Amino acid sequence: MNAPIEHSGKPRVAVHKFSSCDGCQLAFLNLGEDLLTLAGRVDLVHFAEAGPLDPVTDVDVAFVEGSVSTPEDLERIRHVRAHSRLLIAIGACATSGGIQGLRNGVFDAQWVTQIYSHPEAIASLERSTPIASHVKVDFELWGCPVSGPQMLAVVNSLLLGVAPRDNADKVCTECKRQGYPCVMVTRGIACMGPVTRAGCGALCPSLGRDCYGCYGPAENANTGALAAQFARQGLSPQAVVQRFQSINSQAPVFLAAADKIRIQNHD
Amino acid sequence: MFSRSDHTGFLPLDQLHRLVARLMQLGYQCLGPAVENGAIVMRELDAPDGLPRGLQAEQAAGRYGLTQDPQHRYFAWANGPQAIKPQTFASKESLWRVERDETGMLQFEAVVSDVPAQAIIGVRACDLAALALQDAHFLRDGRRDPHYARRREQLFLVAVQCAVPAATCFCASTGDGPIPTMGYDLTLSELTEGFVIEAGSDKGASVLDALHLSAATQQQIDDARQQGQAAAAVQTRSLPAHNLRDALMNRLEHPRWDEVASRCLACGNCTAVCPTCFCHAEVDAPALDGHSSQHERIWDSCFGESHGHLHGFNVRPDIRSRYRQWLTHKLATWHDQFGRSGCVGCGRCIAWCPVGIDLTEEVAALTAGEVKP
Repeated sequence: MNAPIEHSGKPRVAVHKFSSCDGCQLAFLNLGEDLLTLAGRVDLVHFAEAGPLDPVTDVDVAFVEGSVSTPEDLERIRHVRAHSRLLIAIGACATSGGIQGLRNGVFDAQWVTQIYSHPEAIASLERSTPIASHVKVDFELWGCPVSGPQMLAVVNSLLLGVAPRDNADKVCTECKRQGYPCVMVTRGIACMGPVTRAGCGALCPSLGRDCYGCYGPAENANTGALAAQFARQGLSPQAVVQRFQSINSQAPVFLAAADKIRIQNHD
Repeated sequence: MFSRSDHTGFLPLDQLHRLVARLMQLGYQCLGPAVENGAIVMRELDAPDGLPRGLQAEQAAGRYGLTQDPQHRYFAWANGPQAIKPQTFASKESLWRVERDETGMLQFEAVVSDVPAQAIIGVRACDLAALALQDAHFLRDGRRDPHYARRREQLFLVAVQCAVPAATCFCASTGDGPIPTMGYDLTLSELTEGFVIEAGSDKGASVLDALHLSAATQQQIDDARQQGQAAAAVQTRSLPAHNLRDALMNRLEHPRWDEVASRCLACGNCTAVCPTCFCHAEVDAPALDGHSSQHERIWDSCFGESHGHLHGFNVRPDIRSRYRQWLTHKLATWHDQFGRSGCVGCGRCIAWCPVGIDLTEEVAALTAGEVKP
């Protein structure tokens, strides 16, 4: 498993994990046969979840999963940046701070003592932040988790020497291409699709349910208009805030949308 | 319409399956209405008697719901989220592929997919008007799109005269409905006891002949005509009947564009459900082994970012300019391009807008005070 890796002239790729659930690494692992094809074109030199371990080596491309949430994360991300030609942040944690970003602004050291039996084992920064808050990021792939086809498209583009295509369109574009009737219209439910970035293939609407925004804000997201529609659908101000304060709570566009509603309702 | 000709017959209610059976016998894949995720969609019928009854589609701005038709008719639903468009202009398809051969040379080849002959049962007058506009775009002299053309020429269209328009319908004001007048192979008018059926093409006439129906009576023909007229009369929404080109193009700085932009999500749903919108993007899907790539065409929307992207900048960076582009193309500059407006009055953009923006209301606000030419 830890056999020495010889440099074959193929691009060297690392997959690093920071504060995260490993779900985005699974998007890689779940590629199945495609992963074998990929392994023939690149040297996967560090990918703990799959086997190879060499976290300190120089690489051409580093995929980074997870947010910066601990002092150790902070130190390590600088190291990764210094040893990578290209750094690609993958997933909601790495691009917005992730679900653990919900603690930002409400962090209370007392909680740690209340929740954990050995609070001294916990070393957390006050805020969970995206990779780009600390080092230069060359490309961001949003999603919780990212999808396999998205990952492949990025790797493929890099292998062909072109910049990956950044699709910041709304989930609705994918939803309509697949022919799913709009759930906001047919069921009157609070779908985040109109402000959320495409990439998942409209997974939730395909099952007749509402998008919950796990791919983060789309370009030109009119959060005010969507929040107003949620209110017309009968959601309380608090429920509307919760729609925006979920997986990508710290993404500036979603955070601003929630803050605006809080201010309007003197919360 | 409904003149007493050789090609107007009467199909009793309990014999509708004979029409479907005949089309299946001729090898058509038959598409008819089905309920999916709370809306009417066109899906393949697995049996001649597979058409659902008693469905009605209640629509309002931003709302669509299926209800029961007390008369238990086959075609009391006005429409679903899509017209014929997905059948002819596919939302995603490969146009060509390229492969690197042993010598390293690139070999290009057109992708020609197998397209089944399809019969669509239940298309509306507005859908047919929209199809004619899509034809004008995709089958233009010298610019014939082979992918669209292949699907288009395989279609057999069974139209239905609308008896129950939705509250969002305004085809009477655009002159495109509710009575089908062109573009169909067969057209049906549903009466209590059956269908007045008329052929509109040689293909349709030969199907009709094979059914050996008795001729429709004058009373049935009159009832059908009155039903169509009544369906026009009950429509509450409308667009001005005259050419809106100058009215809209003279108001490109109207404050209403900002106002509508504050409500618009720029989600592009209106363009996806619009039966005449034809914008697309082309993207490449290289295979992971690095030896081949597919060039794909996907539906695009003027509400998206890349649609207005030129080298180095975006000509439509904000929602205001995107909504304005959509409306002024559809209702104004479409006249320059195709000799008529791009709106056929189906009302889909109104019903399927998640925030219920109503095109007829926006036009009224934008052109208020205008003196008709």
